[in-house]
Amino acid sequence: MPSPSMVIDQPASLLSVAEHADAIRQHVVQMCFGPEGGHLGGSLSIVDVLAVLYFDVLRNFADQPDHPDRDILLLSKGHGAIALYAALAERGYFPVSELTTFGQAGGRLMGHPVRAVPGVELPTGSLGHGMALGAGFALAARLHDSARRCFVIVGDGELQEGSCWESAAVAAGQRLDRLVVIVDRNRLQLTGPTEGVVGLEPLAARWRSFGWDVRELDGHDQVGLAEALRSTPWTAGQPSVLIANTHKGYGVPKLSDQPHCHCVSLSERQQATVSSSLASFLSGGSR
Amino acid sequence: MTGVLAAERRDSATRPVALRTAYRDGLIELMQHDQRVVCLDSDTGLFAGQDFGTATDRYLNLGIAEQNLIGTAAGLAATGYRPFVNTMATFASSRAVEFVKLDLAYNALGVCIAATHAGLSAGHLGPTHHGLEDLAVMRVLPNLTVLVPGDAGQVRALLPQLLELDGPVYLRLDRKPAASLPGWVARPQLGRIQTLVPGERVVLVACGPQPIVAALKAERLLADAGVSAAVLQVHTLAPFDIASLLDAVGPAELVVSVEEHWQIGGLGSAIAEALAEQLPRPLIRIGVPRTFVSVVGDQEQLLQHYGITAEGISDQVLSRLDVTPLTPNRSCPQCNR
Repeated sequence: MPSPSMVIDQPASLLSVAEHADAIRQHVVQMCFGPEGGHLGGSLSIVDVLAVLYFDVLRNFADQPDHPDRDILLLSKGHGAIALYAALAERGYFPVSELTTFGQAGGRLMGHPVRAVPGVELPTGSLGHGMALGAGFALAARLHDSARRCFVIVGDGELQEGSCWESAAVAAGQRLDRLVVIVDRNRLQLTGPTEGVVGLEPLAARWRSFGWDVRELDGHDQVGLAEALRSTPWTAGQPSVLIANTHKGYGVPKLSDQPHCHCVSLSERQQATVSSSLASFLSGGSR
Repeated sequence: MTGVLAAERRDSATRPVALRTAYRDGLIELMQHDQRVVCLDSDTGLFAGQDFGTATDRYLNLGIAEQNLIGTAAGLAATGYRPFVNTMATFASSRAVEFVKLDLAYNALGVCIAATHAGLSAGHLGPTHHGLEDLAVMRVLPNLTVLVPGDAGQVRALLPQLLELDGPVYLRLDRKPAASLPGWVARPQLGRIQTLVPGERVVLVACGPQPIVAALKAERLLADAGVSAAVLQVHTLAPFDIASLLDAVGPAELVVSVEEHWQIGGLGSAIAEALAEQLPRPLIRIGVPRTFVSVVGDQEQLLQHYGITAEGISDQVLSRLDVTPLTPNRSCPQCNR
C-alpha cells in the first residue's frame, strides 16, 4: 500500500487503479480533518468510480487539462468535491500537497468544484445541472464529429431534481450516445434513505423508460466498472447510464452506510478512530 | 428634422417588423457565415418552416424544457460553439434563472438568450406569459450583458456585435410588429446610451420599442407645452452606461424612466442608483406597478392602462413641473379609471 507521499513521486502508470483508489480514499479522509470538514460519505462512495475513470477509462492529460482530445468528466453531485480534488491531484493535475489547503483562505479548493482547479471542466454543486451540461458536450461532439465522450456522475438523491429528467428525455430524444451518466446509488441522502424521502425505485426501469441503455453493477468493483465504462457507448444512438450501487462512506467501516456521514468535521478523537477504521479497511481486514 | 416626426415619416415608408422576426432572420443569416453559431429552440414556433440552408444540422428543437436548454447551451459553449437559445422572457428569467446564473453567467460562456414576449407583449395571454421581471433579474447577474433593442433594425445591427463579446447575452425581444426608428438610431453601438433628441429641462430615458416611441411622442407633447425634453435610448441595460447618462442629465431638473417592466428593478432602478450615488435629481419611474395584470387587453391596451404612453409620460412630467396640461386627464378604456 503506497502512502500519499510516495504517490507524488511515481508516474501514474506504475500504480494500479486499486492503489490509486486507496490513496484517494486516504486523501479524502484527511481533507475532512480540516476545520470546515467535508462531504465525507458521498465522496467515499464515488472513489472507485473516479479512480477507474481517471486511471483507466478517460482520455485525460494532466499536464494539459484543456487538451482538445480529452474526454469530459463532470461531477454533477458537486458536494463530492473532495473526492474529485483528490483524484485530480492523484492523477497529477496539481500537487497532492495542495489538498491540505481544502476550504482554506488563500487556496483555490472551494467546497464545491470550481474552474480555477486544473481538471475541473465546469463548476457544479447546485444539483441537477450536470446532465444538461453533459448533453451540451455530447451535442458538440456530434456536431464536430468527434469521438469525445462526456461522463457525468450524479447522486441518487440528486435525481429528485426535475431538471435531471428534462435532460434525460432530451438526451435520449437527441440520441446523444457520447453521453454517459453514472448514478452514485448509495441509497442515502442528507436526512436518511432516499426511498424514505422521495423514492427512486424502480430506478433502472425509470431510465429505460426514458430511452437510455442501462446497466447496473457494484460501484466498488473496479474491474467491472472499467469494463463497463470503457465500452461506452453500449448502443449506437442511445445515451448510457450506469447505476453504480455504492456505499456511502465506503472505506471507513465505522461510518459506512450511516446517514450522519453525509457531511462531517472530525474532532481529534474521531480522527484517530476514523484513521484506524480506514487503515483496517485498506489493509484488507474489513473489506 | 428630429424625434418623433422623423420616426413617423419613416413609419409611413417602412412596414413595422416584429423584433423577434428580425432576430430570426438575422440569426439564420449569421448561421450561414459562422459555423460556431447553433440555434437551440424550446419549441417556440419561431423557426417553424424556416430554411436554415447550410446550417440545417445546427438548428435543434430541444423541446419544452428551459432548464436543460440553458445547461445544454453552456456545455456547447464550453467547447467553443456560440449557441443562441430561444424561449420567452419570463421562462428565461424566472423558470430557468438559476441555470442562467450558474451555467452561463458564472462561467462567462458565450451564449445568447433570445427572450421573446418581453414586457406586456404577450398581451391577453396574461401574467403567466408576461415578462415584467426579466430586466431586474438579469441585470444583477455578473458577466451578463443585457440588451433591449428598440426596433428591428437595431436587432439586426446588434446581432453580429454580440458575437464579439466573450460572455453571455440576454436579448430582450417583443412579440408584435413595432415601428421602425429613424435610420441613424438603428445603428446602435453596443454598450452606449443613445441620445435620440437633445433637450434641457427634462430627460426622458426609455428602453424597448413601445416605451421609446411613447417617449418620442411625449417629447413633442412637452414641446407643445413649452417644456424642452431630451430623449435617450438605452439598448444596453447591463453594463449600464452611467457616464453617458450623467452627461445627458447635466443640469436638467427632472429625469423620467420609461420601460415596459415592473417599476422595480429595471431601467428606472438602474437610473435611480446612478443618480442617487453621483448626481441626485428627481426621478419619475414609468412602468408597470408592482402588481399582476388583472385586466384583459392586447399590448397597446395594457400599456395605455398603466400609462406607459406619450400622454401618460407628458401628464406626469407636467404635473411634477407644475405646468398646466393642454388637455384634460384621460381615462383608460380598459377600466374606465
